[in-house]
Amino acid sequence: MNATALAGVPDLTKLITRRERIRLPIWCYALIASVGGTAYSFKTLYSTAEARQQFADGIGKDPALAVLYGKPSDLTSIGGLTSWRMGVFGAVLLAVMSIITVNRHTRAEEEAGRFELVGAGAVGRHAPLIAVLRVVLGTQLAIGVIIGLVLVVLGQPASGAFLLGLSIAAGGWIFAGVAAITVQLTDFGRSASGLAFTVLGAAYLVRAIGDGSGANGPTWLTWLSPLGWSEQTQPYAGDRWWVLALLVAGTAALIAVAFRIAAGRDLGSGILPARPGPARGGTLLRSVSALSARMQRGNLLGWTIGLLIGGAVLGSIADSIGELLGSSARVQQLFERMGGQSGIENAYLAAAMNIIGLVVACYAIQTTTRLRTEETSGRLEPLLATSTSRLRWAASHLAYPLLGSALLLVVAGAGAGFAHGGRSGDLGRQLGQLVGAGLIQITAVWLVVGLTVLAFGFAPQATAYVGWIAVGVCILLQELGPILKLSHWVTDISPFSQVPRAPGVAVAAEPLLVMIGVGAALLVVGLLAFRRRDIG
Amino acid sequence: MENIIEVAGLRKGFGRTVALDGLDLAVRSGEVHGFLGPNGSGKSTTLRVLLGLLRAEGGEARLLGGDPWRDAVALHRRLAYVPGDVTLWPSLSGGETIDLLGRLRGGLDSARREELLARFELDPKKKGRAYSKGNRQKVALIAAFASDAELLLLDEPTSGLDPLMEEVFRQCVAEERDRGRSVLLSSHILAEVEALCDRVTIIRRGKTAESGTLSELRHLTRTSVEAELATAPPEGGLEALPGVTGLEIRDRHVRCEVDTDHLSALISELSACGIASLTSRPPTLEELFLRHYEDDLVSAGAAR
Repeated sequence: MNATALAGVPDLTKLITRRERIRLPIWCYALIASVGGTAYSFKTLYSTAEARQQFADGIGKDPALAVLYGKPSDLTSIGGLTSWRMGVFGAVLLAVMSIITVNRHTRAEEEAGRFELVGAGAVGRHAPLIAVLRVVLGTQLAIGVIIGLVLVVLGQPASGAFLLGLSIAAGGWIFAGVAAITVQLTDFGRSASGLAFTVLGAAYLVRAIGDGSGANGPTWLTWLSPLGWSEQTQPYAGDRWWVLALLVAGTAALIAVAFRIAAGRDLGSGILPARPGPARGGTLLRSVSALSARMQRGNLLGWTIGLLIGGAVLGSIADSIGELLGSSARVQQLFERMGGQSGIENAYLAAAMNIIGLVVACYAIQTTTRLRTEETSGRLEPLLATSTSRLRWAASHLAYPLLGSALLLVVAGAGAGFAHGGRSGDLGRQLGQLVGAGLIQITAVWLVVGLTVLAFGFAPQATAYVGWIAVGVCILLQELGPILKLSHWVTDISPFSQVPRAPGVAVAAEPLLVMIGVGAALLVVGLLAFRRRDIG
Repeated sequence: MENIIEVAGLRKGFGRTVALDGLDLAVRSGEVHGFLGPNGSGKSTTLRVLLGLLRAEGGEARLLGGDPWRDAVALHRRLAYVPGDVTLWPSLSGGETIDLLGRLRGGLDSARREELLARFELDPKKKGRAYSKGNRQKVALIAAFASDAELLLLDEPTSGLDPLMEEVFRQCVAEERDRGRSVLLSSHILAEVEALCDRVTIIRRGKTAESGTLSELRHLTRTSVEAELATAPPEGGLEALPGVTGLEIRDRHVRCEVDTDHLSALISELSACGIASLTSRPPTLEELFLRHYEDDLVSAGAAR
């Protein structure tokens, strides 16, 4: 790459850093604090080797956790515990950071027409991509190194500490490469990030199947997923640095492909050409609901397929989940205590449904914040200048976070039900049970949506922040709460912890009704405020 | 004649900035009303208040006999709006957008839609994001002109149109007026306003600076007069006349500006000396406009 291609990179790097000056520190803090916090908690909670052994034989053997977080390599050291608990999870978080950030500064800029302004300056064709990769990869490298330092300060061996930090960072790098490719493919930022998130979801599932398989199953699947590589560096259990080299090489290869594609396309267009549309509005396009449907349907379809597959994969593992336990006497004891085969299955399925609830909450927030992006883009104004009322417009969009989310939960539950019921030969009961277990998550999803709409009514600028931070807090509390032994009133902040852990328990109506009530109240108050405030 | 838009003492601020500071505006039924002011003077804010998108903080606003905030939905069936900066739905074609906006407003004249597409030379099959600024503007204009609204609210609608299309736009506005519709045209293109508007309101920093027909406004200002006389004018005679400024006398050549009200007194004084040639030029809208912003220009110069 010659000097002209690099022209403007330093200035664009500054611009990106300036625009990300709030978000990047939040990502850094979230990652470093959760890894550091986890390690610190493990250190205080499981200070003796005996306590750790007990943990390894107990929670560490829970097959559901192996599916969700990865297979533990060595749970007898603080570092090993931390790397099992945070390795894959941290890599996923950084992958999300990569996808969002790369997209925002490349395809989204082109789509908004701002890149033309920048590109007219003395700026190389690929300068924005180079600049954003510099910022993202650099920030993640810093996060990885700081995580290593924090673990060293907490008294863990340096080699494992830095390997864990860099393995987490490398999860982000790989998906920065993936996003660099997807932004070249389509015209729209939204579909580019959708594509990248699909790859991330697939990588997670492939790894989950691999990690959830018993000795005779397809454990090699873990190696097909870059998230599996982040796990397979095995910090504190052999420190396989060569796997990290694999991640770095993979990132370099993806980025090289991205630049090859970028060189062959015009500014503003993807390599998939835009097709002309109809000259007349079809008879279906008669109302503001039809307009919202046009904008939302592709996204909903993508999520539906994703959750159907995700539900089916998680469900299909359930039946062999007990095999992961092994067969020592101590484990047998544990096995009985967990309620035997069906008890373990149910505990696993309940955990899986909880995760699905959190994933659907992401869909719900993505679609709720659409209210605000439509407003700021200027597309809301001409609509409200027609005979469309504010509430009617808001309702046309809120149908997706409210009802679309319910559809997704049913689909995921059905996927799990068919897969699990089909294998265990108990289709009817499993299907009903798992659809129900999925659907009750909607109460918590609605509550988060209500909170976001409340922000949209009273502090519209904060809509996206409130929504995503709410989901982020739920995910952190849900995933870290039990292991960090957080007190109940802390974990209970998350509405998802209020949802009964079905299947396997009697579902009480009371908490569900309370959450629906609170969610509805937030929603209504938010909408009333939206009706009274200025637009724009 | 009844007023289709009636605004009195309208106030609106955003945080610390005052956007509207006691604005008055009256648009009569059936007229094309020019709404003039430089960038940031509050034109768009006024239109947004009239559309019920913003809530006024003080003063009164009536639109088509209703309250723009409370009766927004009912009133919007009777009006069409073209924003100054049109953003389209990226995945919808131009044709779909025109039909959708028309349907949401309560109807669209299909024949007129086709005619307008031809006149504005717009390809309705392109997707929203593929249009240039001028073409996005055309989409919104066609949707508005093809509707059967009583009132058109146009916010700097010709930004981005080429001169040929600007001409088409002017014809369309003239046709709308002939069909008995009212138009509020916000603009800073003076030639456009001068060509189209019956009456004009000039605003400045959120306040009405001037309002009336163009000839009324001209009346309030000065006409420049240049004359070649048969004999030199008597010493001190012209200076003594009321309303005369900038007097320059060089032998038999006279040049001055006079308040339009005092024009005839000046002419009779001049004709007493015998007029060899006379040019009198009414003020252009440009001069009217500049006169109101002189202070701003002066203070901007001083600040520099």
